[in-house]
Amino acid sequence: MKAISMKSVMKNRNNAAYLFVLPFVIVFLIFSVYPVFRTLYLSFTDYKGYGDPVLVGLENYKRVVGDKFFWRSLYNTVKMWGLNIVLQLGLAFLLTIVFSDIKYKLAGLPVFRALYYLPNLIAATSVAFLFKTLLDWKYGTFNQILLATGIVDQQVNWLGQRSTAWAVVSVIQAWMWFGNSFIMLMAGVQGIPQDYFEAAAIDGAGRWKTFGKITLPLLRPILLYVAVTSLIGGLQLFDLPFLINGVAGASTAGEPGGTLQTVVMYMYKFGFETHQVGFASAIAYTLFIIILIVSVLEFKFIGGKED
Amino acid sequence: MATKIKRFILYIALIVLSLACLLPFWLMIVNSTRSGVEITHSFSFLPGHSLRDNWIVLFDYVNLFRGFFNSIKVAVPATLLTAYFSAITAYAMAMYEWKGNSLLFKVIVVFMMIPAQLSLIGFYNLCQKLRLIDSYVPLIVPAIAAPGIVFFLRQYVKSTLSKALLEAARIDGASEIHTFHKIVLPIMAPGIATMSIGAFIGNWNSYLMPLILLNTPNKMTLPVMISTLNAATDLQKNQGAIYLGVAISVVPIMIVFAFCSRYIISSISAGSVKE
Repeated sequence: MKAISMKSVMKNRNNAAYLFVLPFVIVFLIFSVYPVFRTLYLSFTDYKGYGDPVLVGLENYKRVVGDKFFWRSLYNTVKMWGLNIVLQLGLAFLLTIVFSDIKYKLAGLPVFRALYYLPNLIAATSVAFLFKTLLDWKYGTFNQILLATGIVDQQVNWLGQRSTAWAVVSVIQAWMWFGNSFIMLMAGVQGIPQDYFEAAAIDGAGRWKTFGKITLPLLRPILLYVAVTSLIGGLQLFDLPFLINGVAGASTAGEPGGTLQTVVMYMYKFGFETHQVGFASAIAYTLFIIILIVSVLEFKFIGGKED
Repeated sequence: MATKIKRFILYIALIVLSLACLLPFWLMIVNSTRSGVEITHSFSFLPGHSLRDNWIVLFDYVNLFRGFFNSIKVAVPATLLTAYFSAITAYAMAMYEWKGNSLLFKVIVVFMMIPAQLSLIGFYNLCQKLRLIDSYVPLIVPAIAAPGIVFFLRQYVKSTLSKALLEAARIDGASEIHTFHKIVLPIMAPGIATMSIGAFIGNWNSYLMPLILLNTPNKMTLPVMISTLNAATDLQKNQGAIYLGVAISVVPIMIVFAFCSRYIISSISAGSVKE
């Protein structure tokens, strides 16, 4: 044992590390890295789901840019995400302010936090079916309650009309995600030293001033994280609008009037229903570029100067 | 005094919001015990007597336990693979010095930011080539590489494991893999548990992947089976059966949550702790 130098012992040890990461690296290369580049390659071909892909240059991207249905689905997605993120973050912020207020010292945070998070645990498929049935135009429980309490005087066709269907999806999304944002923001607030708040209180700073001058600036990194992850997730919206208004795979998905058709639904349609795989890949990459640009903007506006 | 009243009002508001989170699930449970006719005529906050009938109508159309069992067959092995291989990868990245370590870390961070839909078509194409369509392999094996979980466990290892402890094990002559299994893994257990619950729920709820990869109806996972419910006209006539189907898919997750909510919430908080 003694004859082996320290250096070679260290080397042997560190060789073990290669063995430890090997399964991860192999699977990662095959199932994560390769598909990303494969999609990129296919986006430059006329691949139809069978046979050999033939390179067609930028044809698919030209088609995406000129396709008004692509832009409509992007508009729908952004609209649904936009209302959702405003509601979701607004509610999460309000709750964070209320629970971090040292004057009220509200109890029961763990219980409320758990209850608010509950909707996020349920599969979007189940949520879609639950609300689809509760919001049914003629026989849905929701309309029955509204009629009984006199809030409306006839049933509202929540999911059947263009004016409300997209907003319903946004509100359900916010309902599913505000608890998640709240937990993250609250964890951030709990990481802020209590002295800051006490000092602010002694200096006579009001609730909103404390929030604006102390809480918000210190929450910036978390806010950025929430905004970026919500953007990446939100622009990939699929399950809920895909299922809430139709039978899976049938042409009713995206109704009414195509207002619920999201970009990923549009991609799914070409990639897995009509087998224009090259075109679908170009849709995927175009969406990625858009997400990238918006993420960079978010970093710029929320991230501020790195200190 | 004013503070007291305000606090009271705040509690009321918080409770109303809690009810908004619970009410849809409560209505789901109530309606799954009521007949289609009852549901279409009026609402109720109290259960009815038609659970048995709804059950028969529902299982006449689809055997949800089959989907339930299929989901377990996919989600349990996938979660175990994620837990073990994320832990060992994170450990190697946090505690050893080797060439390529920082490169791997950078790649992992980049892939955490890449939207999943970007690889969807390429992934499907790969599975076609490997003849893995309609098999559970592409739903399970890729779980070995979970970049996000490796990222968080790497931080976890750095903050909980000391190099001195590892040195002690090595002086005792334990091999590297033995040290990992006997000493490191138990210390990492709370972090792994936290991440695993999140991974399990993600696997359990996954819809798009099994939808595109599986063809045989008998192999469908629970969310895919649920999504076929309204294709049946029998069920459309009986909303009670649809509610029951949704309830069967939701209740297990609610039970898991009742016992593990602390772990689940700390796994979300972990996402907000910056490096």
